[in-house]
Parts: sequence; C-alpha cells; structure tokens
Amino acid sequence: MSDKDIKTLAKALAAGETTSVALTEAALAAVDACGAELNAFITVDADRALAAAKAADERIARGEAGPLTGIPMAHKDLFCTNGVKTTAASRMLDNFVPPYDATVVERLAAAGAVSIGKTNLDEFAMGSSNETSYYGPVKNPWDKTVVPGGSSGGSAAAVAARLVPYATGTDTGGSIRQPAALSGITGLKPTYGRVSRYGIVAFASSLDQAGVLCVSAEDAAYVLQAMAGYDERDSTSVNDPVPDYVSAIDGDIRGKRVGIPREFLSEGVETGVRNAFSAAADELSALGCVVEETSLPSLSLSVPTYYVVAPAEASSNLARYDGVRFGHRAENPKDLTDLYERSRGEGFGAEVKRRILIGTFVLSHGYYDAYYLRAQQVRQLIADDFNQAFEKHDFLIGPTTPTAAFALGEKTADPVQMYLNDIFTIGVNMAGLPACSVPMGFDRKLPVGLQIIGRAFDESGILSLAHHYQQATDWHTRVPQGYEE
Amino acid sequence: MSDWETVIGLEIHAQLKTHSKIFSGASTTFGAAPNSNACLVDLGYPGMLPVLNKEAVRLAVRFGLAIGAEVAERSVFARKNYFYPDLPKGYQISQYELPIVKQGTLTIVLDDGTEKVIGVTRAHLEEDAGKSLHENFKDSTGVDLNRAGVPLLEIVSEPDMRSAQEAVAYMKAIHSLVRYIDICDGNMQEGSLRCDANVSVRRRGAKEFGTRAELKNLNSFRFVEKAIEYEVARQIDLIESGGEVVQETRLYDPDRHETRSMRAKEEANDYRYFPDPDLLPVVLDVAFIESVAEELPELPGARRERLMTDHGLSAYDAGVLTAERDMADYYEAVSASVGGEEKLAANWVMGELAAALNRDGLAIHESKVDAETFAGLLRRIVDNTISGKIAKEVFEAMWAGEGDADTIIDKRGLKQITDTGAIAAIIDQVIEKNPAQLADYRGGKEKLFGYFVGQVMKATQGKANPAEVNRLLKEKLAG
Repeated sequence: MSDKDIKTLAKALAAGETTSVALTEAALAAVDACGAELNAFITVDADRALAAAKAADERIARGEAGPLTGIPMAHKDLFCTNGVKTTAASRMLDNFVPPYDATVVERLAAAGAVSIGKTNLDEFAMGSSNETSYYGPVKNPWDKTVVPGGSSGGSAAAVAARLVPYATGTDTGGSIRQPAALSGITGLKPTYGRVSRYGIVAFASSLDQAGVLCVSAEDAAYVLQAMAGYDERDSTSVNDPVPDYVSAIDGDIRGKRVGIPREFLSEGVETGVRNAFSAAADELSALGCVVEETSLPSLSLSVPTYYVVAPAEASSNLARYDGVRFGHRAENPKDLTDLYERSRGEGFGAEVKRRILIGTFVLSHGYYDAYYLRAQQVRQLIADDFNQAFEKHDFLIGPTTPTAAFALGEKTADPVQMYLNDIFTIGVNMAGLPACSVPMGFDRKLPVGLQIIGRAFDESGILSLAHHYQQATDWHTRVPQGYEE
Repeated sequence: MSDWETVIGLEIHAQLKTHSKIFSGASTTFGAAPNSNACLVDLGYPGMLPVLNKEAVRLAVRFGLAIGAEVAERSVFARKNYFYPDLPKGYQISQYELPIVKQGTLTIVLDDGTEKVIGVTRAHLEEDAGKSLHENFKDSTGVDLNRAGVPLLEIVSEPDMRSAQEAVAYMKAIHSLVRYIDICDGNMQEGSLRCDANVSVRRRGAKEFGTRAELKNLNSFRFVEKAIEYEVARQIDLIESGGEVVQETRLYDPDRHETRSMRAKEEANDYRYFPDPDLLPVVLDVAFIESVAEELPELPGARRERLMTDHGLSAYDAGVLTAERDMADYYEAVSASVGGEEKLAANWVMGELAAALNRDGLAIHESKVDAETFAGLLRRIVDNTISGKIAKEVFEAMWAGEGDADTIIDKRGLKQITDTGAIAAIIDQVIEKNPAQLADYRGGKEKLFGYFVGQVMKATQGKANPAEVNRLLKEKLAG
C-alpha cells in the first residue's frame, strides 16, 4: 500500500498518469473527509494549493520537474508562510500572517512542492502529544483515543493517514522522531545546522532543527535534498556541500558497525517495544551489519538537562510576543505592564507558561551557575558520550520511545511523565546529531519506531541503513485501517 | 571640598560607522521617517535571525588596536533580557562575559598640559534599542525602531578619573580617537556618541570606593562636566549632613543642571544574560587582526609627539592641531607646502583659519579655503610680499571667495613696500608733520615710538615692511 509515497507519485506524474492538480484535489478532499476527525490541520489553503499545482503541471509539461514537483505536502504550522496564517498552534499567533517564507518553505516551493496547508502541533512545539495546541489535540489515525505524539503531531497524523505523502516538522527534543514512531511513519531529524532555521518560529534555538515526516527513508532523502544547505540568513547553518542523499541510499551497509546503547533498553521500555526492537536488530544483523552492545553513560541526564536549556532559550525567544507589534494584544490595556501581562497571560497556554517560568528561573541571578551553566556542562558530557560511541560504531540504534502511543489525556496532568516520553530522543538534540525513526512493528496494535542515530552530517548513512531495513521489511508500508487507498 | 576625592568611570556608547545594522541589512541613515529603516529582523518577527555585520567587527578591532588593547580572538554575543516597547525581541544582543576588546589605555592631556593615562576596561559590540516617542501621541507612546539594531561599541573605562575636568578630557580624547580612526562620526546631537558616568566620592586617603551613582543622558562635553559637578556636590552634602549615598541610576536634567533619581538598585532588572544561541562565537584570526592594524592611521598621541619633535611645536599647539584628524591633516598639508615654517603655519591654522571656521560654524573639511590656497597666502608672508597684518585682510578676501592670495594682493595693490628710499621718504613726511611729538620723543618719551610707527603704517595703508619701518624710524628719530 505504498502507492502514496513520493517516488511512486513522481513516476506517475512524469508518465502523465496523473496530474498535480488531480493529486492536490484528492489530498484536499481527503483532508476535508477526515480533517475534523483527526484535527491534523490548522489551516488548509485550497486556492494557493491548486494554483501551485497548476504551475507544477506546467513545469512537468516543460520537462523541468524535480522529484518533488507537483506532489502535495503540508508544513508544520511553525514554518512561516508568506501570506498564510502561521500560528505555532498558539492563541498568541492566531492572527499572525507573516510577510515572508521560511527558507525551508522557500526551497521546497522552488522544488515544486505543493503545500496544501499548515499542520497542527503542540503550542510553540512544546509538548510530546500534540495536546497543548490552542486548536485542540490531534488524533492518532491508528486509534483515535491515543495521541499521535508531538510536537509535530499534525504532520505525523497527516502522513500516517496518507492525506499527504510528506510533511515538514521540527525536532527540538524528539518532535519529529517521537510522533513518527507513535504514528507508524518515517521521520528524519537532520544534523543541527544542516537545514536553515530562518523563518521557523523559534522554540530553543540551539536545539531546533527542521526535518521531514514521510513514508520511507528514500522519500526522506528526496525531501532532505531539497531542504538542506547553507543559508546566509541563519548564522548557525553550516556552509558545507550537500551530498547526494538520493543516490547514496543504495550504498552498501554490510560490515557497518551498529551499536545498541544499553541505556536505550532500560526498565521503562515496554515488552512489546523491546520485542519489536530485538527483531529489528536481528534484521540488521541479517543484512550484514555488525550489531554490538555499547553504552552512553550520561544519557540519563539528558531529560533534566534539556528541561533547563530548552526552557531557558524559550523564555528569551518568546519575549518578543508582547502585544506591541504583532500577535495577540489584550484589549484596552491600562498601562504598559497591563498590556504585557494580559497579552501574554491570555495568549500563551499552560505548558508554554510553565516553560517560560522555568527558563526565567534558571537564568536568574544567583541560579544561572547552578542550572544553566551546569546544564551546558552536562550537555557537553552527553555529546562526548556520543562522540566516543561513534569512534567504535557507525550507527547507534534503539527504540525511539519506551512505549507506543498513550491515551489522550493520560499524561497531561503530569508533565514529568510527559517529558520522559522523550528520554531516548533528547540526547540526540543535545549532541546536535542526525537521527531518524522508522516503523519497526507494533505493540498491541499501535506502531513503534526504531531510532537510527548517525555521526554529525551522516544523513546519507542513516537513510541508507533505514532504506535497507525498509527493503527487507514492510512495516513502513502499513496504513491504519480506514485510510487505505 | 579638599577633604574629598571624586572617583569617576565613564561608559561611552559610540555608534559605529557602518552602512547597515549590526544584525540586519537595514540602513543606519540618521533622520529617516520613523520605522522606515526597520526590517523584519529589527522588528523581532518570529523566525527572524541575526546575522553579524563583519564591518562592525572590523571597526571594533580597529578601536581595540588604537588603544593598545587585547583584541579577543574569541568573543561571544549574549542576550540581555528585559521588556520594553523599544526593544522588539525582548532582549538586546550584546557582549557580556567575553567582549571583543579588553584592557587598553588612553592618554589624556589636561588643561595645564599634564598627561594622565586612563584605563579602558573593555569595549564590546552591541545593538542599539529603538526610541520611544512620548510627544504627539495622546494616551499612548509611539515607537521608532530605526535605531534598533544600529551597531554600538560600548567603551567602559576604569574608575581612573578624579574630577569632572578629567572626565571631560577623557571623553574628548575618545571623541577625537573614534573620528581619527574613522569608526564613528562623533555627532553627539544625533546620539552617535553618548556617555554615562559612574560617580562616587570618598574621603581623601580612603582605600575603598564610595557608593556610586550612575548618571545617564550626558550627551555633550558640557553636560558631562555639569552633571558630574552637581552630583559630586550632592553626594558630599549628603554624606556631610549624615546621609548615605545609595546605589542608583540618576538622570541628568540639562535645563536645571541637576540629576534626579531614575531607579534604585533594588528596582534594577535581572537581565538574565546568556550566550545567544542564534550567533556563533566571533573568532578572529591573527591575519585578520594584522590586516586591521595595517589600515590604522597615525594616532593622535603619536602625531602630537611627532609635531613637537619634528616641527618644533609646543605641546599645546601640537595638542590642539592633532585633536581632530582633519585639522592635523590640513595643518600638515599647509606646512609641507610652505616648507619649513611650521610655527607660522600652526599659528595661522589655529588663529585666522580656526576663527573663520568657528564664526561660520563650519568643520575643517568644509573650509572655504583649501590647504594649498592657504599655504599660498603664508608664502607671501614668508617672502615679505605682504606683512602679517595685510595677510589677515587677504585671508578675509580669500574666505569671501575673491581668489587666491596673489590675485587679491595684485588686485588690491597690497604688495608690501620694501624699498628703503620710499619708506624713508614717508618717514620724513611723518616726522615733519609731528614736530611736537618729535620734541617729546627726543625729550625722553620713548613710548611715542609706537605712535610714529602707526603714522607710517597709516600713510602706507599698512603696506610698509614693518621691520624696515622700525629700523629707519629709529635712525631718523634719533636725529
């Protein structure tokens, strides 16, 4: 049932078997049909989508199409889109229409991508279940009583339900990989600096990285090819040449050394997840990889460290939402302080406020050394762990999450339980490494994901390993009931 | 008063002369319509990112080298967090723990000619904030973000100054230096150079510093002096009447010449500084620093020394002439053209030229007489074509646009009379017309010599060679 992946669609378009307009109309109809139920989209822009599709069809007719030309997709509503409302799933930006495109949006548009709209997410990308959105939670297409994961929950659900073959996401602590795992799709978080952050509503600048949620590793290669590269508007983007991910995907993986950090199989990992992972590790052995146990001793520190660094940066990044120039503004403020307090009090949701408070606290005079500075030191230890492991291993693997998707509302009352869902993904952001999550089976009918972590800038390697795994398995082709073609 | 010692440190913000802002491509032109020079980065729009302007870095390095400071091979931008409407991002990007320039010195010259070395603790790059406009808006405040993101170099001195006069001398030296090395236009009316002063007093001989007040809004040399004088008197009065100075920020009111409390220390913001994750550390290699060093002009101090040693000028003259680079350049062009008459050139540049510029409110680069034309005038003094007195008349005519010195001398017939016979004849006429004065002179009233000189000069419309007049008069009056 993989007829909705990029590669297949691109072939069909090239062969004239379908048109971009037809694909786009179908995607819009599909969103219409199940949009309210899944709540995957915040904004659908049919007019722009169809105009872009028409232009793509003309481009295809001229023979100037690339692999993404004419294929419908969606952007996480954290990417600024010129003339299209960009909300970050916050009341604060409910009225915000940027006069600019994020670099990722611009590059994909240049590649001929047809965006049909903006997907739902946790407010300002702060969450692991898509339940903090001002626009309400997203449902998991595999089971509408469970979460799709977050923060890129709308993108994950849209792809899982095959409304679009791919959607953009951002990953600050697992926000691409975790929802990809919980929704049974492929998700890629590139190396920090590989993709420009320009025009992405910032959460935690030293951790945020844009990537893609899609059907297969091969599709991820197509999308990354278009997204990646230096951008002079983002000082932290890296000015190194972009390799050819697509042609590297068939590269030989035999003899590659794959490490399993024992910390990825700690107590909290459910049996079903453990079993699926064992099978996946065996599959990689069968494919000729050398699979060995290894260790990341500081990994257990990654969640507490993350919850100092990320909120600290967020508290500062979100200071610009003050009701003065854009976004939500309280009515009839009596003075400046009232304007600030009510605009922010009304505009931000509970989780965002919680993180702003934490971040403000850890940066405060007298606490900075004990929290922020210490956290940066621990962050370095975590990065060192990964670097050491990569001296012996080409890749590190583990379950993307300790459990399959949890029930809506199950963890909303206990933020720490919610945060622990990202225990295996956060370390990768701390170290700035590339990683992907690919479907590796099911635990009690819900999908679970295999995380593959690579050396910095070795997106080619992890996509190639994932591709070989997907050639040997069919987990990534499974589509939830009711969303089949 | 002599029981007390004043301790002053200055923080000077110099706006760097770049075309675009420090983190965006918006223009830095002064005086544009409100918010017309503010782009999306300056407005703090979501997803906008800062990109460092390399020219600002170059100018900061130039300053560091000019004060003999350590130029940091690695410096870091940090965020200074606080809420204010003219601060769009809710934080100012500045340098905190790791500034680009550390530990330099600047020598100041006091009015009595003595020199003093003032330590410069650090200089760091930062962006300016916007401007709140309280006039013209009923019940609300306008915000102009043209200035938001304009590059500033904040220059922090050691608490090395001991009087308002020293503080002014230091600020003048910074003002002179930044224009010398062409990193700031020094325009204080437009806010290109702004000053805050940390002021405290202590009993003479005390080891510890007193509690300091920070004075804001000292935007002219005069304000610096007045505000510090007022503040010092206030602090001494306060302590002597049994009170205590509190650490606070005080605003200088130029209309009343007093300082007023703005906010106390306990009301001060906790700025929650942390390294800005949107910007990489600024890493400078030695080759870059050396390339900046090579483009550095001769600095005011070195130039002053050279004019004293090579040109034989007094410390005072050399100091005045080198205070501004354009002035020094003008002087050197004049003296080089005239050749070997440095003292004459210095006197004329500092005298007639400076007076004319001052009278018309012109800067030296706007002078109505260029250096070469000016030298042409001095050459006519040197070769005795005209006297110094006549030269002043010629200069005024040059200033009025009547042409060069030779043209004016010719046209007005101002050529000096140096013919001994002609001068002697005029002297004879003058003596003949003034028998009474002659008798008095010969009777011992030698002061009347000046009277006779005046009469001769009057008769020749000032064109007689004064030295010759003196010599001949002495002879003739002696009889």
